[in-house]
Amino acid sequence: MSVRRIGVLALQGAFDAHRRVLTGLGVEAPLVRSTRDLEGLDAIVLPGGESTTMQRFLARDGLFEALGEFVAARPALGTCAGLILLAREVEPHQPSLGALDVTVARNAYGRQRDSKVLRSETRLPGGPLEMVFIRAPRITRLGAGVEVLARRGDDPVLVRQGHAIGCAFHPELGNDDRVHRLLIEACAHV
Amino acid sequence: MFTTSAENQQRAERMRLKVGLAEMLKGGVIMDVCSVEQAEIAEAAGACAVMALERVPAQIRAEGGVARMANPRLIKSIMAAVSIPVMAKARIGHFAEAEVLASLGVDFIDESEVLTPADEVHHIDKHGFEIPFVCGARDLGEALRRINEGAAMIRTKGEAGTGDVVHAVKHMRQIMAEIRNLAGMREDELYVAARDHRVPFSLLQQVAAQGRLPVPNFSAGGIATPADAALMRSLGAEAVFVGSGIFMSDGRTFAPREEAEQRARAIVRACTHFDQPEVVAACCEECDGAMKGLAVSSLEDRELFQGRGW
Repeated sequence: MSVRRIGVLALQGAFDAHRRVLTGLGVEAPLVRSTRDLEGLDAIVLPGGESTTMQRFLARDGLFEALGEFVAARPALGTCAGLILLAREVEPHQPSLGALDVTVARNAYGRQRDSKVLRSETRLPGGPLEMVFIRAPRITRLGAGVEVLARRGDDPVLVRQGHAIGCAFHPELGNDDRVHRLLIEACAHV
Repeated sequence: MFTTSAENQQRAERMRLKVGLAEMLKGGVIMDVCSVEQAEIAEAAGACAVMALERVPAQIRAEGGVARMANPRLIKSIMAAVSIPVMAKARIGHFAEAEVLASLGVDFIDESEVLTPADEVHHIDKHGFEIPFVCGARDLGEALRRINEGAAMIRTKGEAGTGDVVHAVKHMRQIMAEIRNLAGMREDELYVAARDHRVPFSLLQQVAAQGRLPVPNFSAGGIATPADAALMRSLGAEAVFVGSGIFMSDGRTFAPREEAEQRARAIVRACTHFDQPEVVAACCEECDGAMKGLAVSSLEDRELFQGRGW
């Protein structure tokens, strides 16, 4: 098998941390800043950061449309602001790609002082998963066919639909690469 | 006093959350704002965070006097107006101002040389706070001393309020060159380097092994145009702070709103696409004006903000 190429959207945000995890897993992880950077990728990571900042870039040069086509056809992992991008609906409203049939509320768990690290059992094998929440968004509605892989209390925080994976926390900031492995596994099923 | 391993683990976890927020700001532009209107302009232009303050550095420089933490009323109104992270400045060593800012729930505190220092010896013990801190630095030793005190982000000091990028460049080159130098050192040489930089050996060893600071390394102090932002990113800055350069024409005059909006949008775009000169060119073209500025070489040593902090 040739080496996987998983792009990391690098308009603004935690692209660096995602790239470190992916290269640690033996994956090529080129940065994506324009439509032509999407060529030849097996999958994409939409990182955390400020979704309002990313919107400014997506609105130009056909990037929003190109990303929409990409995530409809290939695996994608969206974390935090990236989850907001993947969602069907966002509160308060902003344009999103709609690959995951969920509604996401921005900054719903509060400001930085409400950020925290939690550990809990999930549907992923291998014991409790460490979850780093930073000014995290909250999934407020789940569509039919969306699988919940992890929860924070009653709230879903790791979800999957087809080859789209959404994550309210930051797997790139922990020492556990199981969420990134899910994305790599998804590449084999496309 | 010795700390238990549980306390150490708690501190490490807290540090991870602090550095985590700094990671989220990478590739972006953090803009100084003095009003709700400016904060809204910054957010609409794509700023990844705003710094709430009463006067931007160019005004502080022009007006003189003691520069202090902003009024909490102003900070709260800005926090209520935008959804992006809000930072605010405390004076060097003024931990009571920092505690006030923490109680307001700001997302980041800048222990800043732009304000008049409150302590000539001590910086704030930043480990004690839940809120992350950013601090300025001119060289690797200063950066690591701040990190040792708990800073979760470093920014070059440059010379704030001048619109002259020359010292932002100087400080970023200095830090990056010193990091590269460590990579070639033997362990016995690293001990000497730790002494010379006045930092703990373990911290220096970590930088030598990783080839980068243990926290994000941003740039500030004189960045005024899209090309300035691109220059700093190319030199290794992971994001940039723009202070007076967006909203000021000179130290006493605000730029017209439309001009400020153009500058804000253009600098945000140039910061992301810093390695594509044709995009940076388009960004430069979009701007009708730039801050008049003040050449750093025309300032007396005592007029420099960067010498504050050590």
